[in-house]
Amino acid sequence: MSTAANEETRSRGKAPAGERVADWADGRLGIYALAKSNMRKIFPDHWSFMLGEVCLYSFLIIILTGVYLTLFFHPSMNEVEYHGSYVPLQGQLMSEAFSSTLHISFDVRGGLLVRQIHHWAALIFLAGMFVHMMRVFFTGAFRKPREINWLFGFLLFVLGMFTGFTGYSLPDDLLSGTGVRFMEGAVLSVPIVGTYLSFFLFGGQFPGHDFVARFYSIHILLLPGIMLGLVVGHLILVIYHKHTQFAGPGKSEKNVVGMPLLPVYAAKAGGFFFLVFGVIAAISAIAQINPIWAMGPYRPDQVSTGAQPDWYMGFSEGLIRFMPGWEINFWGHTLVLGVFIPLVIFPLVLVAIAVYPFIESWVTGDKSEHHILDRPRNAPTRTGLGVAWMTVYLTLLIGGGNDLWATHFHLSINAVTWFVRIFVFVGPVLAFLITKRICLGLQRRDRDKVLHGRETGIIKRLPHGEFIEVHEPLSQEQLHTLTAHHQYEPAEIGPLVDENGVERKVAGTQKLRAKLSDALYGEDSQIPKPTVEEYKEITSGHGHH
Amino acid sequence: MSSQDIPDENLPAEQEAAHGAVGVADEKNPFANPGLPPHEHRIQDTDERAAKRSERVVALLFTVSMLATVAFIAAYVAIPSDKSIFVFPIGHLSALNFALGLTLGTALFCIGAGAVHWARTLMSDVEITDERHPIAAPADVRAKVIADFKQGAKESAIGRRGLIRTTMFGALTLVPLAGVVLLRDLGPLPGTSLRHTLWSKGKLLVNMNTNEPLRPEDVAVGSLTFAKPEGLEETDEEFQTEIAKAALMIVRLQPDNIKDKRELEWSHEGIVAYSKICTHVGCPISLYEQQTHHVLCPCHQSTFDLSDGARVIFGPAGHALPQLRIGVNDEGYLEALGDFEEPVGPAFWERG
Repeated sequence: MSTAANEETRSRGKAPAGERVADWADGRLGIYALAKSNMRKIFPDHWSFMLGEVCLYSFLIIILTGVYLTLFFHPSMNEVEYHGSYVPLQGQLMSEAFSSTLHISFDVRGGLLVRQIHHWAALIFLAGMFVHMMRVFFTGAFRKPREINWLFGFLLFVLGMFTGFTGYSLPDDLLSGTGVRFMEGAVLSVPIVGTYLSFFLFGGQFPGHDFVARFYSIHILLLPGIMLGLVVGHLILVIYHKHTQFAGPGKSEKNVVGMPLLPVYAAKAGGFFFLVFGVIAAISAIAQINPIWAMGPYRPDQVSTGAQPDWYMGFSEGLIRFMPGWEINFWGHTLVLGVFIPLVIFPLVLVAIAVYPFIESWVTGDKSEHHILDRPRNAPTRTGLGVAWMTVYLTLLIGGGNDLWATHFHLSINAVTWFVRIFVFVGPVLAFLITKRICLGLQRRDRDKVLHGRETGIIKRLPHGEFIEVHEPLSQEQLHTLTAHHQYEPAEIGPLVDENGVERKVAGTQKLRAKLSDALYGEDSQIPKPTVEEYKEITSGHGHH
Repeated sequence: MSSQDIPDENLPAEQEAAHGAVGVADEKNPFANPGLPPHEHRIQDTDERAAKRSERVVALLFTVSMLATVAFIAAYVAIPSDKSIFVFPIGHLSALNFALGLTLGTALFCIGAGAVHWARTLMSDVEITDERHPIAAPADVRAKVIADFKQGAKESAIGRRGLIRTTMFGALTLVPLAGVVLLRDLGPLPGTSLRHTLWSKGKLLVNMNTNEPLRPEDVAVGSLTFAKPEGLEETDEEFQTEIAKAALMIVRLQPDNIKDKRELEWSHEGIVAYSKICTHVGCPISLYEQQTHHVLCPCHQSTFDLSDGARVIFGPAGHALPQLRIGVNDEGYLEALGDFEEPVGPAFWERG
């Protein structure tokens, strides 16, 4: 052994304990290589980048509280007589699932709190994912290289919906049982195989004795297992791609400007976990959720009024409520269109938003990476489509609560239903047109500000009596920020006949692409951003005030 | 890795003069990216007393968190789980849930608030710039990977030995079938089970609430009565599954008001019995409008006219509620004169 190696060994021996532990781990895990690129990873700052964090933390809270709940919950549909401490239900027949949920709520100290945290966190998780997804959509953060991460996020949202549904069905209470019955009715409507699917799902006729146990393994293992994998993948990709940022001084497509993970984001993001957890715990202390004891155990022949699913399932509820009751009978079979069409539209609503990024990238033909976010106004057609989609979603959500709208606002249930039937088609068109118009207006305003400066509100009287408003020229930072966005040219397919009058073959897909491209980036869809020439002409010339 | 290695089309857009490149505004480009603005110091960066104040605030928040955790434990031990308290303006709450939630919430929130305040006021807020690197690999890496893959594929001979390839894909395609077949016993086949209920000729209509057989005089005009078939008890193993099909609602109409001829024939003295299970997706119908004889399903608002064969007059249901033919036996009790003639509940493919 050489002297140098000896010296190194000795110097290592003298290192502080923390470093020695790190050395030990590095020798086995190679953590230094990982830390080298990530410990001081830069994250840009913007309030909207926090939305994804809300989702991540509520997901962790759901897992923590969910594991606790499994310690007490019995996923069984065996009928038992209740003898717990909730007096009004004493002696009632109910499933073990329901009775163990009562046990958690009344006899396990803090059990009700954990149950309520679990349920509240689930609602916030889904709401967080929805808003986060809209943030990503409207700022164009889904563009290359992030398309796969967009799909991961989309899958998380869809799986989150089903995990929520299977979760709130577990207590086997009157409300959730009604939701399960709705699902059974929807499955029955599937042509040819529907009846079989229903019998396989429920182990026979509805409700049978199996669905709680089956939903349980789906709810606590299958779906969350997949989701955990997707969350990890989602985060790895966020780190690998590095976070997007808005345009601004010093920021470009080739850099990322912000604060390092250690210490700033370790403290901010780590702290934010506790903030989210703390707020959800406080909500669970004061706002009751899903009081299953007030609804009672499930009976297929009983129901309460005002039955509503959790909010994220509300749009499917709206679909089933506004649909006319179409049924076609032929050759001894029934095609239950009134239920089956909503069942088909349900995934299509979701898929519509999921595929948009791929349509946009096909239309632009842009193969470059995008790390600078779009301001929603600078992509008017995309923003309009996004708002149109949200309009459909929210109209269906309203339709899902048509009875509540009717009773709370003293409206006719028929009128509310008819409103939804019409507005679900008209609404998105209006929303698209209005949104696009607003975006173009905002683009004009930006253009005006760049060329003419900011209106100061100061009125100046010139020697010859004319009044003018003083416009303050923008700083270079502002000029840059307002002109940094890229504007696509609509794709041209060229003349359809060549110079000899011979028709040129153009594939139908190319024609479609040119049409879509014109819709997205044509004259009516964006205001040309100010050019250097325009700017110079106005600022150097006579017109400058 | 320099940006020269990357094919043009994969480069981030707008690398040229206007963006990305940092420069002063000049004749050529007034919109040039001016670079990061100069860092502005916070008061804590320049005034040690302000920094001390921040430190105390953070420490206070962490201390409050500790106290809240102690309070959480105290509440867990001290407050009985059946104690209820009134909290304005929320109303009556479980005292234990309220105390545990608020103390836990405070304990967690203060850790978060402390950490964030620490980061915002005391940690460096100098913005740092990191370079991005293209996600796609440089051309030489790509070439190496493709070559390696080709080498591997060649060494495996998967392209050359077609017999192996074909049989392997065949085996891999077939083997998941084992898993699919295993799912067969998830449930029995439907058969005709959805077509039959517990009702049959001679079965008495038993009042769901009193568990007594119904007589015609028990059914008043304007009331909605729920009934189950005689012999079905709540304690039965299959009670839930049977009641999901057999649940009945009974109303008495003036025979003159019954518009549907068959409905009148199947009634007894104006008493009609209909399936309580909605034909839409199977919710139990429970709202009855006496004057119009409409019943409404509270789940999706399908509305049926009980005086006209229970046809659908509004909402998403696709067909009328099945009617049960009833009469009176020798002892004066209401009885079924058979099973429903069509399947009850939601429609399905084989319903026809």
